[in-house]
Amino acid sequence: MSASNTKRRIPWDSLAVFPFVLFAVMFLFLPTLSLLSAAFTDRAGNFTFENIAGLFTDQILAAYWISIRVSGASALLGALCGLAITLAIIRGKLPAALRSAVMTFSGVASNFAGVPLAFAFIATLGRLGLATIVIRTLFGFDIYRQGGFNLFSFWGLTLTYLYFQIPLMMLTIAPAIDGLKKEWNEAAQTLGASTWQFWRYIGFPILWPSVLGTLSLLFANAFGAIATAWALTGSNLNIVTVLLYNQIRGDALQNPGLGAALAVGMILITSLANVIYLVVAARAERWMK
Amino acid sequence: MKSQKFWAWLVFALGAAYFIIPLAATFEFSLRMRRGEYSFDAYASVFSDPQFAASFTYSVIVGLFTIVVGILVVVPAVYFVRLRMPWLRPFMEFVTLLPLVIPALVLVYGYIRLYGSSSLIPFTGSVFGTNILLTCAYVTLAMPYMYRAVDNGMRTIDIGTLTEAAQIMGANQLQIIGKIILPNILVAILSGAFLTFAIVIGEFTIASLLNRPAFGPYLVGIGTNRAYEPAALAIISFIITWGAMGMINVLGRFAPRTSARTD
Repeated sequence: MSASNTKRRIPWDSLAVFPFVLFAVMFLFLPTLSLLSAAFTDRAGNFTFENIAGLFTDQILAAYWISIRVSGASALLGALCGLAITLAIIRGKLPAALRSAVMTFSGVASNFAGVPLAFAFIATLGRLGLATIVIRTLFGFDIYRQGGFNLFSFWGLTLTYLYFQIPLMMLTIAPAIDGLKKEWNEAAQTLGASTWQFWRYIGFPILWPSVLGTLSLLFANAFGAIATAWALTGSNLNIVTVLLYNQIRGDALQNPGLGAALAVGMILITSLANVIYLVVAARAERWMK
Repeated sequence: MKSQKFWAWLVFALGAAYFIIPLAATFEFSLRMRRGEYSFDAYASVFSDPQFAASFTYSVIVGLFTIVVGILVVVPAVYFVRLRMPWLRPFMEFVTLLPLVIPALVLVYGYIRLYGSSSLIPFTGSVFGTNILLTCAYVTLAMPYMYRAVDNGMRTIDIGTLTEAAQIMGANQLQIIGKIILPNILVAILSGAFLTFAIVIGEFTIASLLNRPAFGPYLVGIGTNRAYEPAALAIISFIITWGAMGMINVLGRFAPRTSARTD
């Protein structure tokens, strides 16, 4: 482009990029490294594996496990429902105006998370929530007493998380579905393929990498969430973010090193999900050209 | 083909029910404060609470600072990397992906350990310092969204040609960025700004662990102490989010549609 200018302007260029790099170092790299080193240091300052070994207690493993289950379930269901709704809207010959309205709403709902979302679900499916009362008066069925439902449980939290997981899936998968060309459908039909065969052998194999990629994004999204769970269940539900929150607040585990190990374990799990995402996204991009 | 349309409508209806029922129920619940009739008492109670105004104002101010700092950090970096240092792009992509990988809760834990009152840079040693740390934390949190918005904005305009043209006419670097590039990507920047605002305004985790009187911790406090106000606050929050997202949509119509050099 402008190779002759490059040399002369170098101080400017570095100066402009400097704040970005400084931010990355101060607020991303160093804090992570500090936790990493703390996770492998004992109280006396020596290297140790004790903190990591300390994670393998019933309470902590149970916290990781329920977090993984809630994140996995809400990611999987969110991806399935999001895919179904997006397909219905883009490929189902619904009015075009509906599509833009739904996509705008998705933008709002995917950001409507945290504390207010918990309030909304308490007002809907809490013991005194509208849906709970309506179901009881109309069908005589108490979802709490007879259905065994509890908003402050695994399924309650999963159902609540779906409110931002489904729209996030819809926003990320819509471009991939748009990328399915009409011609492919027509070509398949000309060759005598049924609708089912088109999706089985053409549509879904092409969408698959994007779906899998978004799945890991949704997983990490739910795994790191705390505000909704905190406002919904307080410390009732022993998920790993709530455990870590209590540790930061007041050293609930009574061992700072163990707290750091807990945090490092979380980073490990979310990065694993995102490594899958990166690998798969690179594959998906080749298809989408 | 008829059955296909039927299924599409059915899926849409089920989805719509899941998303609309909680909103409707929350709204109905928020109107029930006065016994036997619907009223806006819960909203009146929220708006008359001085804590509401104080925490909301605090979060708005932090949000505005976050947007300004975010723009100052991201825009020059994206511009120069796109123009002169494309080899830095993978690094930027990696950095802006990190806040999505590392949970905010983990990051703030790192900040508290690293920038405690006895550390080299004692951010949390004073109220002012903690406010700065909170702002920086939010800039980091919003980085993925601000970066993508600005990067998309720069992709649609031809920054190479614009920069060369400005240089030929004798503009200096500050003039190029301030008078040529910024106005051209203003819509993209504002989109990033509103998204940042939507993220920051109700944020709970970081504000609460840094002990700042922000809107998020205020919401949790109300949630544990009151019955109808939380529902009213949920509706208010939804309207704020809707407003921020709506602004992005409106702005999208003003985005420049010049044919860009494909890169």
